[in-house]
Amino acid sequence: MNIAEYKGVFVFAQQVDNKVSGIALELIGKGKELAKDLGTEVTAVLVGSGVKELADELAAYGADKVILVDDPELKEYRTEPYTHALASVIEKYKPEIFLVGATAIGRDLGPRVSARVHTGLTADCTRLEIGDFPINPIPGKEQLHNQLLMTRPAFGGNTIATIACPDFRPQMATVRPGVMQKARKDENAKAVIEEFNPGFTPNDKYVEILKVVKSVAETEDIMDAKILVSGGRGVCSAENFKILEDLAEVLGATVSCSRAAVDSGWKPKDLQVGQTGKTVRPNVYFAIGISGAIQHLAGMEESDVIIAINKDETAPIFDVADYGIVGDLNKIVPALTERLRAELNTNN
Amino acid sequence: MKIVVCIKQVPDTKGGVKFNPDGTLDRGAMLTIMNPDDKAGLEAALRLKEQYGAEVTAITMGLPKAEEVLREAMAMGADKGILVTDRVLGGADTWATSQTLAGAIRNLEYDLIITGRQAIDGDTAQVGPQISEHLGIPVISYAQDIKVEGDSVIVERQYDDRYHVLKAKMPCLITALAELNEPRYMTPGGIFDAYKAEITVWGRADLVDVEDSNLGLKGSPTQIARASDRVRKGVGAKVALDPNESVDYIIERLKEKHII
Repeated sequence: MNIAEYKGVFVFAQQVDNKVSGIALELIGKGKELAKDLGTEVTAVLVGSGVKELADELAAYGADKVILVDDPELKEYRTEPYTHALASVIEKYKPEIFLVGATAIGRDLGPRVSARVHTGLTADCTRLEIGDFPINPIPGKEQLHNQLLMTRPAFGGNTIATIACPDFRPQMATVRPGVMQKARKDENAKAVIEEFNPGFTPNDKYVEILKVVKSVAETEDIMDAKILVSGGRGVCSAENFKILEDLAEVLGATVSCSRAAVDSGWKPKDLQVGQTGKTVRPNVYFAIGISGAIQHLAGMEESDVIIAINKDETAPIFDVADYGIVGDLNKIVPALTERLRAELNTNN
Repeated sequence: MKIVVCIKQVPDTKGGVKFNPDGTLDRGAMLTIMNPDDKAGLEAALRLKEQYGAEVTAITMGLPKAEEVLREAMAMGADKGILVTDRVLGGADTWATSQTLAGAIRNLEYDLIITGRQAIDGDTAQVGPQISEHLGIPVISYAQDIKVEGDSVIVERQYDDRYHVLKAKMPCLITALAELNEPRYMTPGGIFDAYKAEITVWGRADLVDVEDSNLGLKGSPTQIARASDRVRKGVGAKVALDPNESVDYIIERLKEKHII
């Protein structure tokens, strides 16, 4: 492998049902920063069927170039044809960095692609930067520059590790959704679009999709919410989530929950915050009756302001809360809702 | 039908985390359990065995001590246990691990390979899909429900807002989630038999079609630049007030931060 041949930052521009996923724009945003540090460009790899018109949106969020792989076999996500698409793009264009979202799709696709092209893949990164490897010079070992340093939590968030991939290209990472920032939208920005089709011939590795069942989203995606009112085991019942919903309504917030609330059947999985749910970073996160297991903290501790209400003063949620209130949520939350309603009316 | 289940002995994260000086995990110094997603994969295999009849082989790569999880698997109902252990395999990343396991599995006949989605120590979810790639078979990750129909498997696979019902020709690899099922307990008779049973031990020489350059720390494309305990942000304020004062307190903070 001649590493010097590999140039440019590529990101997988995930789309579902011909809609660009938020993670694609986050990756372009981060990719642009990395590309700037390397003096190169960011290229979005758009894969699907009939998705060409999405290229403008990718350009508006900062993609310098869009490689379009468009084929009827790519209509609904399947591991094999998507792997073939990305591996073929990597072989042809030789990027030095390739980022994929750590979504359900990306965590399936990334490993398969990295294994096909023989490179390393760092999973679920929460920070990416260009730097030296080894980070500090080691006598007798060459210090490489302009390496992608990929930082990720492990052990359910107990530790963090920074990983490099010095001898193989591309340097591949899956990136946790909700962590990187989108660039500011520029409607006038245009990207060079290049179409590329490596050919898709079904074989035994192509699985057959017998059925696609979509659950209807009733609420705003919790990852987009500015304020989240989140409840856990301490809320005690599905019915009692009403007091959180009332608070959310007054604040124009969205309700989310911990894994305990999902496991108890009180709330659906798509509202779950945490390691096995979603990573959120709203302006304000109310943690109500949530003890704060490390897996939950991993999904919300980047929130700007964390307000915790819990009757157990030793709950670990208080270790990350900016403002912790030890007390009975059943008394505090309804009273807070009433007061806010009065306050906000006065302001109007 | 022949089913191979890949399992991993992992540190119990409740017992604390210890590192070697080179930043890799000091696995010898930590308490261990069978990785929960793998246990669900084993349970799924045992249910298929009951339903359709199958031979279930549990395989693990690790230190000699990892034999313990194979005995646990056999006490739950696995028919065979294979331990892949060799000094040269140590320090492997997911690429080298998947190469090792694929090299071992090439010795076996299989219709289905089941792995856990991810291990609680690394959380990468990479080894299953990478094994399937090395073996050139399809993968279905995050399985919710597994049925066998003729020479194919029918699997429900969950995505964010939808699930797919997928049909794949066997041989095929499936990754299982801990939510898939409630793993059974070991039976006393099973434990007794499992501790007498013979475990097959394979080393480097037993791996098929794998080059040395793809094994262990040296064969790992990813390298650790830095590892550390997580630094959390500082503890904020904590108050215990009566409900009305609590509300005053929250309102003041929200105003301070210009949220209302």
